[in-house]
Amino acid sequence: MSPAVALLVRDVKLAWREGGAIGVVLGFYLVVVAIMPFGLGPDLNLLARIAPGMLWVALLLAALLSADRIFHNDYEDGTLDVLATGPLPLPLLAAIKSLAHWLTTGVPLALMAPVLGLLLNLPLDAMPLLVATMFAGTPAVSFIAAIGASLTLGLRRSGLLLALLVLPLYVPVLIFGVSTVSMNIVGPGSPWPPFLMLTAISLASIVLAPLAAAAALRTAMR
Amino acid sequence: MPLRHRDNDAKRRPASLSKPHPCLKLAEPMQMPSEIALAAHDIACQRGGRTLFEGLSFDLEPGEALLISGPNGAGKTSLLRQIAGLLPLAAGRLGVTGADNDTPVSELCQYVGHLNAIKTSFSVGENLAFWAEFLDADENALPQALAAFGLTPLADLPAGLLSAGQRRKLALSRLFAAPRPVWLLDEPSVALDTVSVELLDAAIRNHLTAGGIAIVSTHVPLKTKFSQEITLGQERSI
Repeated sequence: MSPAVALLVRDVKLAWREGGAIGVVLGFYLVVVAIMPFGLGPDLNLLARIAPGMLWVALLLAALLSADRIFHNDYEDGTLDVLATGPLPLPLLAAIKSLAHWLTTGVPLALMAPVLGLLLNLPLDAMPLLVATMFAGTPAVSFIAAIGASLTLGLRRSGLLLALLVLPLYVPVLIFGVSTVSMNIVGPGSPWPPFLMLTAISLASIVLAPLAAAAALRTAMR
Repeated sequence: MPLRHRDNDAKRRPASLSKPHPCLKLAEPMQMPSEIALAAHDIACQRGGRTLFEGLSFDLEPGEALLISGPNGAGKTSLLRQIAGLLPLAAGRLGVTGADNDTPVSELCQYVGHLNAIKTSFSVGENLAFWAEFLDADENALPQALAAFGLTPLADLPAGLLSAGQRRKLALSRLFAAPRPVWLLDEPSVALDTVSVELLDAAIRNHLTAGGIAIVSTHVPLKTKFSQEITLGQERSI
């Protein structure tokens, strides 16, 4: 097994084993979306209209819950030091750890979204596109979260600061993710331009975010 | 290069330990580290705007060991982290000779610092196996690496259940799971019992015999013959 694959497998295994990290994220997503209808009342048309936005906002919050897991544990127990002496350059290290975060957070959340869409009366024919936007957008969520996670390494209560740093960066993802689904339900226009923008944001994050995260990691290890 | 046999070391051992511990034999180096020489020229270290040390030079040939001593806060850990490439050099340079192509110094070093780099939700064996895979080492060496500090019976135990000393041994086993020519050991004997310190001592001597380099910061006297010693922080009054 190559070092990169070994690290990816390890991170996925850790997320699976360590205190149900995936379960907590999915549970949070479920609860946040499930209490929305209670607050908004039984207006099914209203729920259907705001469903894409609700699902996306709740997804971002749920993903942030686990964002500090990307580097924090490895930093605390000294693993990061040894990883840094390994054969992988730091940006690649950050990219693999972000990818593991996407596999253990973004993918499960995207797969759960249609189920929660039912709670919000999201039209059934909008489901495939909703899942598609989430698959296209969540890589950006994980990779941008890695920047915040590396910047807040070594701080106490880093989770709150992380949310403050990272949530504004999620605005473009949110805008294009929601507008893709809305265009499909109510129009006017084709859902593809915002979908392609969303994909572009994800691809750009995959390339650029690890560089930023690696720079922050280097400072944190000093 | 002919490997000197372990029997030479047996003579130096005190009478109480003349019969080697059953694990001692297994602490033989798994593979011959390549012939690496490590040299530092006038390196300096700054932490928080304060100069910890400057003008530090050493020259280590294959098979030589360097002991770093000095009071707390003198920069022993910082020096080891600089060699491992985790801290930038404030001045000077660090060079290796004998490494193939342009391998960076950090990839020739196995750094065992204060933190053990152990995942508590993995078993002892999984922890070592990951480091062997990640550091691109031969996985066939794993059983021997586990045996080096007597961790074989604990291989399937979650690392979270280990005592402080056992965690330390697991961290030190990384030296065998992923053999590298330069060992950087920061207070390696902390939390270890007498027998384990003896094992560690023997492991370092074997590593040197095989042509490796060891740079150790310790307050515990070891029987390893250090060819050089650096005392940091002498000029400052503590």
